[in-house]
Amino acid sequence: MSRNGPLALIFHTIFVIVMVAPILVVCLVAFTPEGFLSLPTNGFSLRWFRAIANYPEFVHAFWVSLGLGALSSFVALLFAVPAALAIARYRFRGRDALAALFLSPLMIPHVVLGIAFLRFFTSAGLGGSFAALIIAHVIIVFPFALRLTLAAATGMDLSVEMAAVSLGAGGWTLFRRVTLPLILPGVISGWALAFIQSFDDLTMTVFLAAPGTETLPVRMFLYIQDNIDPLVTSVSACVIAITMTALILLDRFYGLDRVLAGKGDTGR
Amino acid sequence: MSAAAEERNARAPWALTAPALMLFVGVLLIPLAMTVMLSFHDWGQYKGIEPVFILKNWHEIATDPYYAEMFWRTFRIAVLTTLLTAVLGAPEAYILNRMSGRWKSFFLLVILGPLLISVVARTLGWALLFGGNNGLVNKLLMSAGLIRFPIPFMFTETGMVIALAHVMMPFMVLSVWAALQRLNPQIENAAMSLGAGPVTIIRRIIMPQIMPGVLSGAIIVFSLSASAFATPAIIGGRRLKVAATLAYDEFLNTLNWPLGAAVATLLLVALVLIVVGSNALIERRYAEVFR
Repeated sequence: MSRNGPLALIFHTIFVIVMVAPILVVCLVAFTPEGFLSLPTNGFSLRWFRAIANYPEFVHAFWVSLGLGALSSFVALLFAVPAALAIARYRFRGRDALAALFLSPLMIPHVVLGIAFLRFFTSAGLGGSFAALIIAHVIIVFPFALRLTLAAATGMDLSVEMAAVSLGAGGWTLFRRVTLPLILPGVISGWALAFIQSFDDLTMTVFLAAPGTETLPVRMFLYIQDNIDPLVTSVSACVIAITMTALILLDRFYGLDRVLAGKGDTGR
Repeated sequence: MSAAAEERNARAPWALTAPALMLFVGVLLIPLAMTVMLSFHDWGQYKGIEPVFILKNWHEIATDPYYAEMFWRTFRIAVLTTLLTAVLGAPEAYILNRMSGRWKSFFLLVILGPLLISVVARTLGWALLFGGNNGLVNKLLMSAGLIRFPIPFMFTETGMVIALAHVMMPFMVLSVWAALQRLNPQIENAAMSLGAGPVTIIRRIIMPQIMPGVLSGAIIVFSLSASAFATPAIIGGRRLKVAATLAYDEFLNTLNWPLGAAVATLLLVALVLIVVGSNALIERRYAEVFR
């Protein structure tokens, strides 16, 4: 295969710099020793990271986001694993339609979902509650949980299950001792990807969150609307660090290209 | 297989998908239907929402030039963002694909990774880079002699398109990348052996083959940009409204929910039509690639 020419490499260098620059600048500004937005030109300081502790709204929002992400991804898997097994193993009428329905939250703009959930949960008397946030997040992370579980279930060797059945395993034992362990890497990766999606969602959550149930992106967004100061950059730097950690784990565990490739396709 | 087992086999997939199906009908389809219905309700400053069937909101959107301008701006920003990602993302995917193993996976991670990093954090980065008239981007461009006066990026459509293109770029690179994986490198060598120069190879061999990838990437980028919220809200500020930020305003500031629901419904319907329509066009045009 032919090499890239010098022009191509210059283009590539500029491209990568532009892609990384906004993320890098947030992380750098977070370490400024000044009281205003600036790049840390004379020394690094952790004062803005310490300042987060004095702003309980951010700390509280972080715990809300963490709990919401963990819980909604787990609940989504409770629904997604059986659905993925059905779609992977059976050919039945309405199978394609069901798969399309389950992946549809990827296609519907999150602003529309936010409005629909706001209307729905307000009518149901659950407006602004944590329960409403959980249910809404289960829907938006479901496609990610389903897709990775589906990939694992499709690639599974069915003869192992048949062997277990011939040895007398049935129903729940079969699932818990044979099927689940075999699809577990896909399930865990599905959980991680779902968690990241939930943890990062702003557009839908901004409609549903009330004071007390504000997630971290919502709190950051509302804060930026008023003013941009180094505090929000240090919070962002923490968020970036958390996501990067999850990303590296996901890459090691499952392969990032596999997780990302086919984003939006029908999962087969 | 016995008749009983066969019947169990026919019921099993439905039993397994039933919980998820009920969840989706109950908490997705019903709320969406309620939103469409809401757009036909009446609203007044003092009386609130009145559950009657009127076309007031739709009439207002259709006749008030404010909404035409806002939807036109949304469309324009989404188209420009899509073009920018295609023009820069497709060559980058091609360059990436020609790199050797270790560099390839490293830069793929660098370019695709931001996809999972909070949109608020990424847009904040652009707000810092743009930052008024003496932001970093302007300083850099002026010291390079490319411009003589600072370009206003904050609170302008230019800034919104640049920041959105950055947010959406991974989708385009990913999509073209996927198309490049299906490409047989021997064809390129064959063209070279027949005397084709690099320009001809790119124009006649590479371009036609990665076009489906560029187009399907363009559909994803377009639909996500047209409904984007965080980036237009932070870069565009309170005055430059797009569909998503306007709907947000109607719901959480003006509290005119029926009007906001109408804006959201129109956005959803327009996007579904555009996406389904262009998907069908692409699949017909490039039927052989998708087989």
